[in-house]
Amino acid sequence: MADVTTYRQAVAEGLAREMRRDPAVVCLGEDIGAAGGVFKTTAGLYEEFGPRRVWDTPISEQAIVGAAMGAAMTGMRPVAEIMFADFLACCWDYLANEIPKVRYMTGGQVTVPLVVRTANGGGLGFGAQHSQAAENWALTVPGLKIAAPATPADVTGMMAAAVRSDDPVVFFEHKALFAAKGPPAPPGHVVELGEAAVVREGDDVTLVALAATVPVALAAAERLAGEGIGCEVIDLRCLVPLDAMTVLGSLAKTSRLVTVEENPYQGGWGGTLVSIVADEGFGLLDAPVRRVAAACVPLPFADALEREVVPTADKVVTTVRDLSTY
Amino acid sequence: MTGAREAVADPDATELLALYEQMAVVRHTEQAAHDLFLSGLVKGTTHLAAGQEAVAVGASAALREDDYVFATYRGHHHALARGATPEECLAELMSRASGLCGAKGGSMHLTKASAHMLGSYAIVGAHLPMAVGAAWSARLRGTGQIAVAFFGDGATNIGAFHEALNLAAVWTLPVLFVCENNLYMEYTPIADVTAVASPAADRAPAYGIPGEVVDGNDVVAVRGAVTRLAGRARAGDGPGLLEARTYRHFGHSRADPAAYRPAEEVERWLKHDPLDVARGRLTGLGVPAGEVDAADGRAADLVRAAVEAAKDAPAPDPGQALTDVWADGGARWRT
Repeated sequence: MADVTTYRQAVAEGLAREMRRDPAVVCLGEDIGAAGGVFKTTAGLYEEFGPRRVWDTPISEQAIVGAAMGAAMTGMRPVAEIMFADFLACCWDYLANEIPKVRYMTGGQVTVPLVVRTANGGGLGFGAQHSQAAENWALTVPGLKIAAPATPADVTGMMAAAVRSDDPVVFFEHKALFAAKGPPAPPGHVVELGEAAVVREGDDVTLVALAATVPVALAAAERLAGEGIGCEVIDLRCLVPLDAMTVLGSLAKTSRLVTVEENPYQGGWGGTLVSIVADEGFGLLDAPVRRVAAACVPLPFADALEREVVPTADKVVTTVRDLSTY
Repeated sequence: MTGAREAVADPDATELLALYEQMAVVRHTEQAAHDLFLSGLVKGTTHLAAGQEAVAVGASAALREDDYVFATYRGHHHALARGATPEECLAELMSRASGLCGAKGGSMHLTKASAHMLGSYAIVGAHLPMAVGAAWSARLRGTGQIAVAFFGDGATNIGAFHEALNLAAVWTLPVLFVCENNLYMEYTPIADVTAVASPAADRAPAYGIPGEVVDGNDVVAVRGAVTRLAGRARAGDGPGLLEARTYRHFGHSRADPAAYRPAEEVERWLKHDPLDVARGRLTGLGVPAGEVDAADGRAADLVRAAVEAAKDAPAPDPGQALTDVWADGGARWRT
């Protein structure tokens, strides 16, 4: 096995491992077959598993996710791809009203073991309708598990957990990370959903990040270390289950919290996390909580404009520096 | 290969009498639901299927027990036709612990998964893609099952209908789309908002699916049409669409008096009541009126007992509100 792989290859590897393990796993989506996906995240699957396991669909997001739901209710473990997270809006009925509710409203009669994969977030200059960080949309609906890995090994390990989950999982793959490199997942690697990772230890400030904001937070932490400020960086990895205890545990040490979120401040996941901290960890804090989140505007096209809107290492550094002297 | 118009033998007197009795059970259940709503024992809303019994009972008679059925918020008749009892349906409507969904679903979400009746959905058209997925799954697993989506005429103008038909056709899936055209999308005539005369059947050919129209108030005609289309789908010849013309006896929901329907139209359809049509056929087969009356009496007794049992059943344990979100039975979303 190569000692380095890319995030995009880790997606295909994660899917391939599960498809080899379980014949009930089938994939469907637009251009995912012979084309290997517009982001090449399904490259090689059609060649290995053929047309009975990898299904190209029309541009019909409702049919894709609705069919995945029907198949999941009847013995399959479908993995549906929605090409861009922005397009979740085209099939939002299934994510908001159908998939997360059917088990509950039937009194537990049915199970919906499916994964909806989607390319999330900015960084590639696709403009406002192909660049949103939409993970907070899913967070508004009880009944969905939400995964958003930051590294190739986590992509493969969390894909294993997502596919094996008997609950529906929305799996956000970050577009800006597709080319990112890292060690591949070891054989049989499974990262259980709902376990945050402390990816850098520090004593002064806790930075909580997700997906593409993890490297942003790490870059800021490295610079702040040069100024004598120790940042603990937590990669949440999942929004549901939300590993609030790891965050609270870190705050017991640092007493200062900054969230680094690519979704807009308005309705972003940090709001939920911070409310838990306010409820259960208020006594741990020595300073106000700060949220470095996207500005509440549609994501602009030009890089110079996008940098103004989304979290950057500069913004995190400035925020932490101010907070550390509070 | 089964031809689309291959003749299907009509049911004999014994089977037809059984179908009549099933329809009578639906009719009495719906009347009971109506009365219980007016007396305050059913809260929220109901969408009653009285008048549309022949679609559910006729189609169900043409299906295998393990075929999948997906229905709409007007779905009591489909739950009953697939084996749910009047008691568990009415208990659900009355918010009792013994309800079909433990009182978590209500009138619009009757589901009996153990009988492969995989739900009643209240977002118009949403379940058509699900039925496509269940048919896809059946094909992948090689079970020979088919899936059926029942939906109203109003659903033919929503995107999911069109996406579902297209995907089912291009994947040649064993799924049937059965439109219960009761002429009104809620309070508006379907003809006022649809450019073609048969909102489902006229659209089907655009997706390469044969569309058929049937008298939805004739249980024998529905059974025959579904038998043909199911055989075709099961044989690998792809999806079918049936538009069953029918009429609801009550309003759209709750206490809607349906004053928007012309009196002569209502009168014409009430004279074409599916129970009367079946009774006429039974008479033609030589079944004495007394036997038909007896079937109706058994149905009435069953529903009367169901109402009493549901009234006596306890309310759900409040703790149940925090169960069944996840497959582990719980609702825990964080550490």
